[in-house]
Amino acid sequence: MELQHTNFKHLQAAHCENGVTTALLRHYGITKITEPLAFGMGSGLFYIQLPFMKVNGGPAISFRTMPGLIFKRTCTALGVPVTRKKFSSHEKAMQELDERILAGKPTACQVGVFYLTYFPKEYRFHFNAHNLIVVDKKGDDYYISDPIMEGLVTMTSYELERVRFAKGAFAPRGQLYYPGDHLQEPSDEQMKLGIIKGIKRNCRDMLHIPGSFGGVSGIAYTGRKIKKWKTKLGDEKARSYLAQLVRMQEEIGTGGGGFRFIYGAFLQQAHPYLKVDELFERSKQFTATGDKWRDAAIQASGIYKGRLNTQADYNDMGDRLIEISALEKQAFQQLKTLIGKVK
Amino acid sequence: MKKEEIPQDNGALGKIAKEVTYVVDENGNYSTGQSTGWEVKTEALNVAWHDVEAKIEAAKQKVLHGEASPLLYFMEKKIMDLNILASYTGYWKWTIKKHLKPSGFQKLSADKLKKYAELFEISVEELKNPFS
Repeated sequence: MELQHTNFKHLQAAHCENGVTTALLRHYGITKITEPLAFGMGSGLFYIQLPFMKVNGGPAISFRTMPGLIFKRTCTALGVPVTRKKFSSHEKAMQELDERILAGKPTACQVGVFYLTYFPKEYRFHFNAHNLIVVDKKGDDYYISDPIMEGLVTMTSYELERVRFAKGAFAPRGQLYYPGDHLQEPSDEQMKLGIIKGIKRNCRDMLHIPGSFGGVSGIAYTGRKIKKWKTKLGDEKARSYLAQLVRMQEEIGTGGGGFRFIYGAFLQQAHPYLKVDELFERSKQFTATGDKWRDAAIQASGIYKGRLNTQADYNDMGDRLIEISALEKQAFQQLKTLIGKVK
Repeated sequence: MKKEEIPQDNGALGKIAKEVTYVVDENGNYSTGQSTGWEVKTEALNVAWHDVEAKIEAAKQKVLHGEASPLLYFMEKKIMDLNILASYTGYWKWTIKKHLKPSGFQKLSADKLKKYAELFEISVEELKNPFS
């Protein structure tokens, strides 16, 4: 696809918000940024199971921080100005986007995936926190850089407007956002400070969040709940719950293992800036917990495929999460000690 | 996860794009690789769709037995719930609850029927007689 108004380079990423953040910052001048660095500076790693709340009739579980925060935090750390706008008028929302696109300024939009035409049907639930970049326009067609895709895709103005104004939880309300133009490449010192801040905040979120259902203790919370699912919910519902856990952990955009592998990559990429060899050891710990999350997913799939069906199988699954909780607690405590020593 | 362990199973997304996965080499150094899909998560997605299908079928039976209006059937078909339907139509939830009953559905104005039909991407005729 030939672009007319911009020389934007599409970037495929594991996760949509990381990808949008990275591609936009790179386009506007910050070439040092990568997906793992954006994720780490944005303190993207998290875990929470919201009690009393249901998503699609299953448990409300997330492996990452709130939508929008990664972009905001990473930009703040690098001294990049951020503009984010919501619209009540559809016309204004499209008009303002058009003005930027035709001026050669790629712009990010938050959209719902239910009507996202190029997505396979199987993925089209009412999920409204997807992110993409609109890069160009030709006639009625918009050229879209969606980080999940391998190349650019197109949507008509009707299709784009529809997903920008999807309704329901996290309704995007035409939201568009972008960093400033002509950005200055951050110094290594600035990168270092951003990384340190990102790690400290992530340690705080995972270790010290109040309540028992978030951070590392939240993982054990889910583990204990799982052991009760079979008797409390019955076989069918318990299977659906486990399937939902696995989807949140592995589906589009986590890079595998509920973002733990991306975080491991982040700690390695932090090394040139922090120059502390111990980062490699800490990285390995996250690789290890990511692998344990994947093994737990295999155990869960045994249950929801109906191959495993005893209480012992649920206990096994619950114990895996309780073990992961302990390992991640240790990993974050050691990371916290390490980052406290970095000068 | 190691590069050679990246699952290359059939996945729904694999039909349109391979997914970026973060993997380590034998020395534990990270790079990225692509995956066509992983059976474990394909199955998880199948479970979710199975649940959706079951809800649609249950709604169909309710409509056929006169316990609910066709609105329920199309709401389930579009994987919506009261909240989502309320925000798309602009109607109050309690209003929609009335429309979900056969008696309330009978009283719907032509305008409202049209609004629902457009949202569900069907004709008004189909909305009134979904299984004919």
